[in-house]
Amino acid sequence: MKHVDAVIIGGGSAGLSAAVTLKKEGIEDVLVLEKDGEPGGILEQCIHNGFGLQTFKEQLSGPAYAERYINMAKELNVKILCNAMVTHLNPDKTLEYVHPEEGVVKLQADVIILAVGCYERPRGAINIMGTRPAGIYTAGQAQRYLNIDGYLVGKKVFILGSGDIGLIMARRMPLEGAKVYGVAEIMPYSNGLPRNIKQCLEDFDIPLFLSHTVTKAYGKDRLEKIQVMKVDDHRNPIPGSEMYFDVDTLLLSVGLIPENHLGDEAGILMDPVTKGPVVDDSYMTNIDGIFACGNGLHVHDLVDFVSLQAERAAKGAAGYLKDHKDRGIKLSVSNGNLVSYCVPSSVHPEDPRDHVEIFFRVRKPMDKATLYIKDGDTVLKTFKKQKLMPSEMERAMLTKQMISNLKEGVVIEIQEDEA
Amino acid sequence: MIKELISVNCPMGCRLHVEMEGKQILSITGNSCPRGKAYAEQECIRPERILTTTVRIQNGTHRVLPVITDKAIPLDQIMEAMEEARKISLEAPVKEGDVIVSNILGTDANLIASRSMDKIS
Repeated sequence: MKHVDAVIIGGGSAGLSAAVTLKKEGIEDVLVLEKDGEPGGILEQCIHNGFGLQTFKEQLSGPAYAERYINMAKELNVKILCNAMVTHLNPDKTLEYVHPEEGVVKLQADVIILAVGCYERPRGAINIMGTRPAGIYTAGQAQRYLNIDGYLVGKKVFILGSGDIGLIMARRMPLEGAKVYGVAEIMPYSNGLPRNIKQCLEDFDIPLFLSHTVTKAYGKDRLEKIQVMKVDDHRNPIPGSEMYFDVDTLLLSVGLIPENHLGDEAGILMDPVTKGPVVDDSYMTNIDGIFACGNGLHVHDLVDFVSLQAERAAKGAAGYLKDHKDRGIKLSVSNGNLVSYCVPSSVHPEDPRDHVEIFFRVRKPMDKATLYIKDGDTVLKTFKKQKLMPSEMERAMLTKQMISNLKEGVVIEIQEDEA
Repeated sequence: MIKELISVNCPMGCRLHVEMEGKQILSITGNSCPRGKAYAEQECIRPERILTTTVRIQNGTHRVLPVITDKAIPLDQIMEAMEEARKISLEAPVKEGDVIVSNILGTDANLIASRSMDKIS
């Protein structure tokens, strides 16, 4: 069986950053397996700007951001195999991929980094009643058709979900000559970045219907009409609030889910909230030598954070390759009041390698709040926070000293302050 | 009068407060960088945006090439700029940063390639 020191599954923003970091850490034998025909991943279809402000201190388009990493990978002689689809992953760190020229290949790796990305929740996951005509797409699918393949999917458009992909497509469609009748959001607030509400909806006079959802689709061959209804506090449609829009296209931007069928097969423990692997402070999963990063670990809102986390996962993997030892006891990092999840979810107080940054999300929008970093019930540190949103990832830093003095385990907690 | 704006410069989306008297800006607060301040000033006079779209390309690895303006152009000229972009047909290969249309609509901004694209083999 072919042997490779480090295999990275996925050549998108996370995989490329992980590959570049592994090389910089002195790991020579690195192979990236990418299922698409070129590296870059989803960045290639995100032609809008706003990428790279943290990483490169400038505003780049998605493809330009990807190209920086592709060039770095080329300079460091990273081997990227495109059109290689990983079909099986096993806990003994063997895997199988298919490739048009190599055929079915089995591989043994010393470390594997999952940089597999995420997928979009499809129509089937949200129960829209009615017929099943053509013209209903996920927003990312329509984005790929338009920005990479050069096809406009429809002329009269409605968008369900105010996540960033939905908002970005709401702007993109009118630029290309389609009319967008509105964006419906089931929650009473938008899940998109504030700047996208401004520059994608307000700039183009596209109405945003908060606490509304699409309840029915009409049309035989092609979508002809949709029904939109207002929802109550329990997200149930309110009878009598029906609105109808004559549209030929409905775009769904209703959530992203880490793509983890390979992880499931390998027996990797998943977090029920993030739907991605449970990882420790070195980004290692419960399977020895298998690491995870990027949107396959948890869905990010900024690509800069994807690159940053992938770098840390790669450092974890490089550390494992160079000096594989038992790191002693593991204490949990868990979510307390008003926090929906924390990544990573454990630290090693007997072997704290560095400070550890915890990525977390809050459960509801808050104007003013206090962040508590606790060890069990003991408060270690507090921070004042402003304008917290579930759609914006927050970060909390655990210092090396904090970690080595831990007794019970870290709890990340938020208390809302009185306005 | 206090005008509330959201900076569209980057994903941080700073909430800006612009204190105005008629057309005169008295103060700008809430920005975390100079770009936020410049945005607020411009937004009160004539809003400007970066335009990103695609243009046709022949013999490339894809049918279209993503392009971006190298600086913001007036929001009220965006649709006209799209008309210009639709007229373009390029030939691969293209390098990232290549100028596709210089000084588009006299705005002083160039429309540039936002990725490299090889010729199809």
